[in-house]
Amino acid sequence: MIFGFPILSTLIWLPIIGGLIVLFVGRDRDQLAKWIALIVSVLTFLASLPLWMEFDKTTAAMQFVERSSWIPQFNIQYYLGVDGLSMPLVLLTTFTQILVIASAWEVIKERVEQYMGAFMIMQGLMIGVFVALDGILFYVFWEALLIPMFIVIGKWGGPNRVYATIKFFLYTFFGSVFMLVGFLYMYFQSGSFSILDFQAMHLGMTAQILIFLAFLIAFAVKVPMFPVHTWLPDAHVQAPTAGSVVLAAIMLKMGGYGFVRFSLPITPDASMELDWLVIALSLIAIFYIGLVAMVQSDMKKLVAYSSISHMGFVTLGMFLVFDILQNTQSTQGSMIGMEGAMIQMISHGFISGAMFLMIGVLYDRMHTREISAYGGVVNTMPWFGFFAVLFAMANAGLPGTSGFVGEFMVILSSFKANPWYGIVAASTLIIGAAYTLWMVKRVFFGPVSNDNVAQLKDLNAREFTIMATLAVAVILLGIYPAPVIDVMHTSVENLLIQATTSKL
Amino acid sequence: MNHMNFVIPSFAPAMPEIVLLVLASLLLVADTIWSKRYEFATYYATQVILVVVGYLIFESFATEQVITFSGSFVRDTFGDVLKLFIVLISLGIFLFSKEYLLQKKFYKGEYFTLGLFGVLGMFVMVSAYNLITMYLGLEIMSLAIYALVAMRKDNQFALEAAMKYFVLGALATGMLLYGFSMLYGATGEIQFSKMAQVIASGKADDVVLSFGVVFVVIGLAFKLGAVPFHMWVPDVYHGAPTAVTLFMGTAPKLAAFAMLYRILIEGLPGLVQDWQTLIIIITVLSLAVGAIVTLVQDNLKRLLAYSGIGHVGFMLLGIVAATPDGYSAAMFYIIVYSITGVAGFGMIVALARTGNAFDKVSDFKGMNKRNPWLALMMLFVMFSMAGIPPFIGFYAKVTVIQEAVRSGFVWLAVYAVVTAVISAFYYLKVVKTMYFDEPDDNSKAEPVSRQLNWAVSFVSVALLILGLMPSSLITLCYNSL
Repeated sequence: MIFGFPILSTLIWLPIIGGLIVLFVGRDRDQLAKWIALIVSVLTFLASLPLWMEFDKTTAAMQFVERSSWIPQFNIQYYLGVDGLSMPLVLLTTFTQILVIASAWEVIKERVEQYMGAFMIMQGLMIGVFVALDGILFYVFWEALLIPMFIVIGKWGGPNRVYATIKFFLYTFFGSVFMLVGFLYMYFQSGSFSILDFQAMHLGMTAQILIFLAFLIAFAVKVPMFPVHTWLPDAHVQAPTAGSVVLAAIMLKMGGYGFVRFSLPITPDASMELDWLVIALSLIAIFYIGLVAMVQSDMKKLVAYSSISHMGFVTLGMFLVFDILQNTQSTQGSMIGMEGAMIQMISHGFISGAMFLMIGVLYDRMHTREISAYGGVVNTMPWFGFFAVLFAMANAGLPGTSGFVGEFMVILSSFKANPWYGIVAASTLIIGAAYTLWMVKRVFFGPVSNDNVAQLKDLNAREFTIMATLAVAVILLGIYPAPVIDVMHTSVENLLIQATTSKL
Repeated sequence: MNHMNFVIPSFAPAMPEIVLLVLASLLLVADTIWSKRYEFATYYATQVILVVVGYLIFESFATEQVITFSGSFVRDTFGDVLKLFIVLISLGIFLFSKEYLLQKKFYKGEYFTLGLFGVLGMFVMVSAYNLITMYLGLEIMSLAIYALVAMRKDNQFALEAAMKYFVLGALATGMLLYGFSMLYGATGEIQFSKMAQVIASGKADDVVLSFGVVFVVIGLAFKLGAVPFHMWVPDVYHGAPTAVTLFMGTAPKLAAFAMLYRILIEGLPGLVQDWQTLIIIITVLSLAVGAIVTLVQDNLKRLLAYSGIGHVGFMLLGIVAATPDGYSAAMFYIIVYSITGVAGFGMIVALARTGNAFDKVSDFKGMNKRNPWLALMMLFVMFSMAGIPPFIGFYAKVTVIQEAVRSGFVWLAVYAVVTAVISAFYYLKVVKTMYFDEPDDNSKAEPVSRQLNWAVSFVSVALLILGLMPSSLITLCYNSL
């Protein structure tokens, strides 16, 4: 709280209540629905800024804490707070939301109020996931998110949307119920559902392994990691643009966040024991899924696979810490890996969001995402071409963009852990560049390939603003990531201490 | 023997039952006169009687156990909570039923008088403290429901369902009675607390007792509709008029739960080891059938019937835990399920068109286009049944799974959550049909009456509100045992 003002609750409930209002007053009043959605998302963003400005970088303790009893029978609390790990993700959410709402402005024509309402409710729930400090509260936000996303993909999605949305729902639901059983088990050991109490409790090795695996299933599905990633390309291809943006930019981060909030601090010994598993799966994602991305003919699918590949860096960076510590006996190297993973999450939020918005712009005009349907787009859409190339470069990890910072840090630390890890991870610099640039070449460059492309109109003011905003974010984070690293630093340090202190 | 001395028993603890019996009997007579002159007099009288009885329970709410009628009748918090919910749920059932009977053009006062006797039977089951009273309550309830199922004399399906229900129901009561007789034979007692004492003292015949337990559990499983004694459930739910399905599928579950509690937990606590194993088997099977067989159902009534089997499986998880908290969780689960069931079956009633029943899943096609509000309400019901937060069904599942974990049945908890994921598929299928499928031209729903719209909305929104603030209902259940 700031001066007794419940800022985190505001961030959760303002969009949810706004979303409900839109659902009720927006029927057949599309303009009204859109404007309410935009105003509320701007207000929520403004309300989230104090988190950044008033944040105390010197402590790893939870800040802006709100705590009251919710279900006293089981000691379940309405317990909120942020630290350096979650605060940047909250800001990423509030920032992206404005672009998400704006991106749907002229595109969605059917049941606009339900669409806007769903995205607003989703925003509140996502913030809830990042700030909840009670296991059950966290789980409620985590699961409730599935409902609006299910509706969004199924209702406004592509031709095969129903299959995709049910697959999405069942995969994630399947993953998360194991997490719930894990929570319940820990509740009986610690007498509380508080995540901080979970972190502080003592657990034997068997219990740790089982809980770690339960968490791994839940978070691996969400990230998504190989081999439970198959729902993501389906969901992305079928989802409307804004749905893809929210999925890639924020929902995938919930998986990564789960690892740093739950797996590493709660089950450190199991994490150390089984880090090879996560590392192997991450390297497979980076290398193999990168190759899969290369052969896609659908742009959205290509970006979806590239997302999985890039998210591999997040999980890799997080689980390198144990190997590095063993090799170097200093936490310095692990710090870089972990912070790289965190930066990669934020950066991937911007870049994947931008990529999906970019494809959305093309799709709105041509109603196809087949790469072969395009060619020479830059001739008819020069501004768009400019941004597209910029984001493609960022996606390929070009220095000076945010994509470089996170990946570079992770690759650096993976060499410290094991040169082979580093070599596989670094392959992404080639593979990623290959598929991204190849797509750019085929879609944007060369002569205008057909009449449809010849008639394309360049970005309008709304689209230009969205793209420019993201471009600024990508470049700022690329050349000057220090402020973001600063706010995380103490919390990451604390996380490393937790992860490397045995509970046995 | 003290209780053989003739002392006028204390009637006060049974006052709600006595008042209900007297008023229901009067109504039975009055109905023959009224039904000719005032169309809905019996219906309104029924609702008033329920409110009066509910008030009587509420006003004299039991805080401690009182036993009367020579130890055959008990009044306690556990029973009062269940009875209050039976009253609340019945109020909803009768409201939905009235509209349904009108729509289907076979509105009769008997439905409501029979329904009241059904409620009386449930009350007696909840408060029974010996085997005989338990049997009496069960039969009062069952007879009323047999008659209700057969009420639509012109409908072959309903008659077939009535026949099936009657024959299999009689078989089940036979089993139960057989088990009762063995329990009596082994312990020499019919009162639950005394049975428990004799068993604890070790004087009872173990072999006879074990057989008794098996038969009693079989009978209970029949009544609850748990696998492998569930075969009648889908057919009877499907064949019976929807109003009756609504009645059968909700409130009697509370009474059956009370019966289970009184017999197994109050009467046979010494035999936990024996019945726990049986219940585990039944739970595992019920969860599997509830999850898997439901997948292929296209008829919504059958779908809800099979999913109900799965829900009973979940409820039994709390019984398997064999701790007071486990029983409380089971109670919470069954109350939540009954409320959700009223909403689910109520939705079918609300959407019933003249002519064909609105009961195929495919009838829900494009409902979001035709009636977005009701589609949203149905979404609440489906997600609550699937156990997705923030709806109350989530907490119901969490509490029973939690108690299973607490008692060390982690494997069973994991198994249960896997079945929950499988069952999520068919709940999603209903939501999918409503939101993503285009409506067929010929499946225009009749406009829903305002009263039904309010009723359905009230129950469905309650699922959300209870889900946001579940603590009072949970506390109520945990404090009543």
